[in-house]
Amino acid sequence: MRHLVSVLVQDRPGVLQRIAGLLARRGFNIESLAVGRTHLEGLSRISLVVSGDDAVLEQVEKQLNRLIEVIKVTDHDEPHVERELALVKVSIAGLEERMEVKDIAEAFRARIVDVAKRSIIFELTGDTTKVNNFIEALRPYGLLEVMRTGAVGMSRGEQVLRVREKKAV
Amino acid sequence: MNGARAILKALEMQGVELIFGHPGGTIMPTYDALYDSSIRHVLVRHEQGGIHAATGYARASGRVGVVMATSGPGALNLVTGLQDALMDSTPVVAITGNVPQHLIGTDAFQEADVVGITQPVTKHNMQVRNVNDIPRAIAEAFYIASTGRPGPVLLDFPKDVQLAEFTGSFDVVVDLPGYKPTYKGHPRQIERALEALGKAERPVLMVGGGAQHASAEITELALKTGLPVIPTLMGLGVFPGTHPQCLGMPGMHGSVAANRAIQYADTILAIGLRFDDRVTGKISRFAPHAHTVIHVDIDPAEIGKLVKTSIPVVGDAKWVAAELVKGAKKLNLSKWWAQLEEWKTKYPFAWKPKPYLQSQEVIQAFWEATRGRAVVTSGVGQHQMFVAQFFKFDRPRTWINSGGLGTMGVGLPFAIGAALARPDELVIDFDGDGSFQMTLQELATLKKLNLNVKIVILNNGFLGMVRQWQDLFHGRRYSEVYLADSNPDFAKLAEAYGIPGLTLTDKAQLQDAVKAVLAQPGPVLLDARVYHEEGVFPMIPSGGAAEDMIIENPREAVAGD
Repeated sequence: MRHLVSVLVQDRPGVLQRIAGLLARRGFNIESLAVGRTHLEGLSRISLVVSGDDAVLEQVEKQLNRLIEVIKVTDHDEPHVERELALVKVSIAGLEERMEVKDIAEAFRARIVDVAKRSIIFELTGDTTKVNNFIEALRPYGLLEVMRTGAVGMSRGEQVLRVREKKAV
Repeated sequence: MNGARAILKALEMQGVELIFGHPGGTIMPTYDALYDSSIRHVLVRHEQGGIHAATGYARASGRVGVVMATSGPGALNLVTGLQDALMDSTPVVAITGNVPQHLIGTDAFQEADVVGITQPVTKHNMQVRNVNDIPRAIAEAFYIASTGRPGPVLLDFPKDVQLAEFTGSFDVVVDLPGYKPTYKGHPRQIERALEALGKAERPVLMVGGGAQHASAEITELALKTGLPVIPTLMGLGVFPGTHPQCLGMPGMHGSVAANRAIQYADTILAIGLRFDDRVTGKISRFAPHAHTVIHVDIDPAEIGKLVKTSIPVVGDAKWVAAELVKGAKKLNLSKWWAQLEEWKTKYPFAWKPKPYLQSQEVIQAFWEATRGRAVVTSGVGQHQMFVAQFFKFDRPRTWINSGGLGTMGVGLPFAIGAALARPDELVIDFDGDGSFQMTLQELATLKKLNLNVKIVILNNGFLGMVRQWQDLFHGRRYSEVYLADSNPDFAKLAEAYGIPGLTLTDKAQLQDAVKAVLAQPGPVLLDARVYHEEGVFPMIPSGGAAEDMIIENPREAVAGD
């Protein structure tokens, strides 16, 4: 079972290493990991895709929560938006092929970001399945390079990952 | 004031009175500041001894133990002790020096990525890169180490930070939005736990190291309900070991009564323990009849990690036990107790007397002579299990050993730390000849401090536990476990350090030797030459379950010894 997990973390040195290390050390199967800043100063947000049953997911969340810099962990079992970005470089032999791959790209709403004599780079965003399908559709033409980010996600509606209130000691 | 002085001042503000450590190049500014500080420093002979001593101090006192080391090799020598403290949830703060920041990452002399290396072996760690962050970092380290599930925290200070001029404030607020331990268990879950206990026919109360501070509440709960109590290796002393309601420890070398009680229990109330595999054996066959498992732990990640829990209670053992006491009733367990009594009577911890001196009788003799009034440490191995079986611990924080990591060599430094934490107590380190040799250089520390530590080496000339496994599971192929041909004369070794040393070889001299050791003020070492092929029984083979328990040494049963 595939799970998308969002983690809000304090942006301190080594936090990504800490999270990746923890997951690797405990033998969790990580499919992807994406990280970036948020609109809040000092806070980053991580999207993880893990595979495993509910017990595995529960342990991933509990173990992540033990890290001091981790503020909030949630898995997206509710309706959510999920996106991956892919850059795909395809080899082009002739004009006919060029037209074909453009048609495919249009069907997937991919954008052309670079055109050369014998290659095209497409940019595509979508969920993992869409990106997979796009890549498979282009595979027969000769894939030169594929670069994709990990999946990032967000709950639909007003549900948000919140920072808990500060407590003085 | 420079950073080093700020470190000391911040430590003083945390109430630190004692630091174990070893100086070196990159921590020298802080050692220089220590010269003018009221904090006492104990110079150990190896950093591993330092962190184990800090751990022993913490475990015996309930306070935070502090250790200090230099960069690179000094800091790396803390790694084993950090993991030991992590596994047994001990509050320790480690302070390390590092090379100046402009040299970090250049493979400088005595440089190592200490923060990276110690990440998996600490509850938290950080490198302090700004001199004015020192008070906040130290306050956070002590807060994290001592709250929630306690554990080790490492702070790394580059040398330039120690030397920089401090212009910050000591008036700091610990602000950790991601760290909010839950102390108060959920009232509805506690209510459910009491309901389940009320309906139970064969309940057991298991207590672990996380309940050491909750001894009074746990004891009250047990007495009020009449529950049989099973303290784990780390939980020994939480409930009096001599009390009739105590079944002894469970697990690989646990008592028959404790293991059978768990095997047949319908309800388990587990407080402050993590269901280690040495306790459960094969997890799929653990407690097969327990339809209700109530698990109380301050660390939510422990609940459901290994054993399926029906009633989870996230909270502090002391708080939750006190709440359980409030609602607890006397349970009618006469039928269950009849069965438990039968197991207890039929299968007590016992040994077959031999013409040679035996570890079990040495431990028992010390227990009888002290009436259990001692803080006891041990190394790791057969002797550790024999102490757990035959020294009945009646008080909390009196049994200090390495449970989770099984670190050989902890006995002597643990004893030094414990003796400094509790100067009014007699401290006995039951050690193995193998274990003792891993940290014996700390005899120098012991000599210098002149602490009331009695070292009793149960010297069988073997790495006894490994030998026992080779005997049972590897066709008696004793691969690399023989020590007797090259062991030192331990009594002479102690004498070389200026510590009185005695040797005991004859069974008949045991009582005199115990008297002589206890009568001698200050440190003493007794080299007890025990039977070389003793086995620890009962035993559940690794990966087995309670029903696979080997009650007696099969070798001896066959030999008709």
